Amino acid sequence: MNTPTMIPKLQLRDITMTFRTRRGSEVLAVDNLSLDIADREFVSIVGPSGCGKSTLLRIVAGLVQPAKGSALIDGRQITGPGADRGMVFQSYTLFPWLTVQGNIEYGLKIKHLSTAERSQTAQHYMEMVGLQDFKNSYPKELSGGMMQRVAIARALANDPEVLLMDEPFGALDAQTRAIMQELLVTIWQQTPKTIVFVTHDIDEALFLGDRVYIMTARPGRIKQVIDVQLPRPRVFEVTTEPQFVEQKRAVLNSIKEESLKAIGLSVESN
Amino acid sequence: MGSSDSVIIMETSTENPSVTVIPPTPLQLVNPLALFRPHEPISRRAYGLTVIFSLVLLLGGWSILSYGGIVKPAYFLPTPTEVFTAAGRMIQSGELLDNAQASLIVVVAGWALAALVAVPLGILMGSLKFVEALFEPFIDFMRYLPVSALIPLLILYIGLDIKEKIAVIFLGTFFQLMLLVADVAAHVAKDLLDSAYTLGASRWHVFTTVLFPATLPGVIDALRITLGWAWTYLIVAELIAADKGLGIMIMESQRGLRTDKIFVGLLTIGLLGFLSDFLFKWLHRTLLPWSPRIR
Repeated sequence: MNTPTMIPKLQLRDITMTFRTRRGSEVLAVDNLSLDIADREFVSIVGPSGCGKSTLLRIVAGLVQPAKGSALIDGRQITGPGADRGMVFQSYTLFPWLTVQGNIEYGLKIKHLSTAERSQTAQHYMEMVGLQDFKNSYPKELSGGMMQRVAIARALANDPEVLLMDEPFGALDAQTRAIMQELLVTIWQQTPKTIVFVTHDIDEALFLGDRVYIMTARPGRIKQVIDVQLPRPRVFEVTTEPQFVEQKRAVLNSIKEESLKAIGLSVESN
Repeated sequence: MGSSDSVIIMETSTENPSVTVIPPTPLQLVNPLALFRPHEPISRRAYGLTVIFSLVLLLGGWSILSYGGIVKPAYFLPTPTEVFTAAGRMIQSGELLDNAQASLIVVVAGWALAALVAVPLGILMGSLKFVEALFEPFIDFMRYLPVSALIPLLILYIGLDIKEKIAVIFLGTFFQLMLLVADVAAHVAKDLLDSAYTLGASRWHVFTTVLFPATLPGVIDALRITLGWAWTYLIVAELIAADKGLGIMIMESQRGLRTDKIFVGLLTIGLLGFLSDFLFKWLHRTLLPWSPRIR
């Protein structure tokens, strides 16, 4: 932030992604997509299913390579996964053989931190997500919401510069999801990080993000960018205010067209 | 009793929806409907009683058929008394324990050797596509060969001693075990590995700290299952050529029409299997308290 010429935290340059179907034909998943994300920005990406939004995250995480184009962090090429880019998945990915504390300490252990440092950090993040009483529990003893809280704590404990979130609350019930969204906003305000949050839930995208990118149906491109005009700190009641509803209407109209395309209906037929 | 009451109340409540009847706590033990409802849990007591009923039925049936003289000639089915006296005599003379020990050594040695190689190879085969391509054709071929068909060759190559029987068990369990373990490793969720990568893990870390522990519950199950199969191969191996062991003991008893001794041999094998099964379940519970398969 102190450099006068600001290099974006993340840069996606002309990303093209294809995959091969079982029959051997090539499908274009992401088409020549470019976007910049500033340091400590909270960005939401919404789009119809199959538009390649998760693929974008996996490219930034370094888990897959784009067919064409490049992904940069701080101006450097991303060549593989690394601890500087944490990720939270939609599926429950806690290590079942580790306790809550063990899971949170996993990345710290790889970094060869001392036992004392590890447990101190773990303690801090367990308190942050309110699970200090469950530090010796195994994942099978936790609810879905609790597991995702641990997954977030595990990613944050590693102190990544970028946090990638791939529909992390998608499998949770509506009430739990609302609580998790508030929690995430609170955490982000305490420990600012660049967050890229993929979702198909428009309320979620608007409530969380500084900016919402709307993607087109496959092949994925950026269709529209919306700057969210909601003051922070945000609490859940904001979702019922006219300002929010107005922005939601804009996103809905934009995305509905794409969703119809994604399921094979044209806009005209509507 | 409660059973008929609850049934009647439930019927009236469905016929007359305006009347809200709070159903009584189900008396699963005496309510026959609950016993036949798929996936419906039953009380511990009902479960235990059914187990006892099953054992009584088995022993009772055996007793009626043997003591009642229904099976003819009588030596086809020895009475429980005859079998247990034979067992007592064989334990005293050391015949039973000697043979059981000989068999046990062969089974455990062959199976453990197979496990030592098959488990790591299976994990590699299930997680690395090129290793799968390397082994799959050969293993798919080998596992359809009944190991008994290999015994003549093994006798020719190795001879008739204990090494040959260990080789039979090894070959009988190795390929099956490797495929079972490969399947377990292949089903470790990709997202679990990817999470580790995004937490800074190297490929080596992913193998040692994710893939290996993730396969443990499945590996223990695969070991338990293949140990059971190992017993089958052992008996086949011993029937063909052996001087000691439960298989040959059974074979020799048949020559003397000693069905009581055959029954003792069968009961011993069954009992050993039962005990090893129990041991593995205990190991699973003790070593892997986190396993989702344990409640």
